[in-house]
Amino acid sequence: MQTRKGLVHAVTRDYQLWIMILPAIIVILIFNYIPMYGIQLAFRDYDFSKGLTGGEWRGLAYFQQFIDSYLFTDLMRNTFLISLASIVLGFPAPIILALILNQIRRKKMKQLMQTTVYLPHFISVIVLVGMLNVLLSAETGVVGHLMKAVGLGHINLLASTGTFIPVYVLSDIWQHCGWNSIIYLAALSTVDPQLYDAARIDGASRWQTIRFVDIPALVPTIIILFILSMGNILSTGFEKIFLMQNSLNLPVSEVIATYVYKIGIVSSQFSLASAIGLFNTVINFIFLFAMNTISKRVSETSLF
Amino acid sequence: MDSTRMSSKGAGNGSHGISSGASSGTPHIHRAGPRLNGTGPGLPGALPPSSKARGRARLNGKELAFKITLGLLCTFIFLIIIYPLYFIVIASFSDSTLVATGKVWLVPKNISFFGYQEIFKDMRIWTGYRNTVFYTLFGTLVNMLFTLPAAYVLSRREFRARKVIMFIFVVTMFFNGGLIPTYLLMKDLHLTNTIWVFIIPFCVNIFYLIIARTFFESSLPQELHEAAVMDGCSHFTFFFKVALPLSKAMISVIGLYYLVGHWNDFFTALIYIRNNNLQPLQIILRDILLSNQVFAGGAGTGGDAGGYAQRYADQIKYGVIIVSTLPILMIYPFIQKYFEKGVMIGSIKG
Repeated sequence: MQTRKGLVHAVTRDYQLWIMILPAIIVILIFNYIPMYGIQLAFRDYDFSKGLTGGEWRGLAYFQQFIDSYLFTDLMRNTFLISLASIVLGFPAPIILALILNQIRRKKMKQLMQTTVYLPHFISVIVLVGMLNVLLSAETGVVGHLMKAVGLGHINLLASTGTFIPVYVLSDIWQHCGWNSIIYLAALSTVDPQLYDAARIDGASRWQTIRFVDIPALVPTIIILFILSMGNILSTGFEKIFLMQNSLNLPVSEVIATYVYKIGIVSSQFSLASAIGLFNTVINFIFLFAMNTISKRVSETSLF
Repeated sequence: MDSTRMSSKGAGNGSHGISSGASSGTPHIHRAGPRLNGTGPGLPGALPPSSKARGRARLNGKELAFKITLGLLCTFIFLIIIYPLYFIVIASFSDSTLVATGKVWLVPKNISFFGYQEIFKDMRIWTGYRNTVFYTLFGTLVNMLFTLPAAYVLSRREFRARKVIMFIFVVTMFFNGGLIPTYLLMKDLHLTNTIWVFIIPFCVNIFYLIIARTFFESSLPQELHEAAVMDGCSHFTFFFKVALPLSKAMISVIGLYYLVGHWNDFFTALIYIRNNNLQPLQIILRDILLSNQVFAGGAGTGGDAGGYAQRYADQIKYGVIIVSTLPILMIYPFIQKYFEKGVMIGSIKG
């Protein structure tokens, strides 16, 4: 009697749980897994009458077409350079910011600083690029005037090949550095207070405390996030680059993501665009695995 | 005098900084007080042996340097983040000629609301606003309806399939079909040029799902559920009557994330929407801010209207930035107290 009641109960229990999770499963299967199945489009012709996967098998022809295209080297170089600059400058910034914020002793001050540095994260990409356009404008922008004042008035920050990457990376840091520091602040808040007491008793200065207590506490988080960011080495954000593009900076601002959009959505060469997209994903994966393996050997911290 | 107080307070207080952020609201000054008197240079009797005393004195100098550097750094960071935002606010209601010639720096000059008047007359902005508000509210509601129950289920240890389902979900964080197959799927499902493309696809964000699941796991003790089951409580009742009311902090955080995501979403409309009546605010903003279609009538540049347009275009742009961003920035402070907590939960365990 007891077990039977338990069994019946278990069935009712699970039936309710299944009802609660089913909508999520269906949505994920349809919108995430069907496109994954559709990746084979990269190896096939797109046949409008036969649907997503009905076209003729073409093997690696579309990959070949991409690699042979005259844009290939430019696209790869631009994508790599933008990602690399983002990682080199953008990756340490939130760590440093978290270490700074963590040193603020007065609670009100800390709160104010945190509220401030998180704020830009909520601005939309379009508004951000709009802000860049009005603020950096060489004739009318506030930065433009500043540049004129220090004798750099001839540089157009928004429309020259030399300044695209710095503007892109620095504005990204401005917008997301605070937000990205949250995870490091969280890691710092888990440090055992006894460690700080011990450091103080040993006569450590605050610099030394940062160097020997705070930074070591952050290392695991840093490694994990670094592996993840290396896994995105070829995934520059589409939206911001797309919006910052103009005919003058296009030689350095055309990246794989924007090219896929133009080839695929704008000019409807679906198979070629899928192949380029897949090529991008595969390279990301290679980087992710390579970094993960290196990190596993060197530091025994790894993602998987 | 001032410097002594500052530096020794810093030294005495060093150990409490970390715990203070999270737990007690005890003001630091009180804790630091006694030690301040004990170690301050003015009271040599209370000092430890002389070598240490020298160490401490040197340390105080260092402390001071540290404090000053920290203060300067914080001021710099604060200004660099706030100034662009502040400038846009004052530029939006200052005389546009003065702004364009660089005369407006710190305070608004020759206050003019021309930009805002133009914005309020512009029907495109209102259509965009209406659409975005609808997509945001309805979309966030659907997000929550799909995400929270699923997160609850995945937090139940007795649910056998949870590992498999979690795996299926997490895979999508690292791997996806890419733009083109997704686009063709939306076309096949006839979702392009409908409002549904904003609402249904990708309505479950796996990252937020993990945050919610972790929160349910840590905030709903197993005993609580057992007790509720004893009282004949089903999963539905437990979820609505116990789990949700106990999770207000997490719900507001995830709600805010989804909300901001919808409000700022421009990609969806760029790819899937061709119908002007369905365009969200962000696309209208792109036309105004980036494609320079500032005036509703389509007056661009060139001719007499051109000079006029050029002169006022920037003021309208400043105004549009404010008008479009204000709603999000207004919710943010109210929700922030929850929101840091929520981020912490997600980031430590997620």
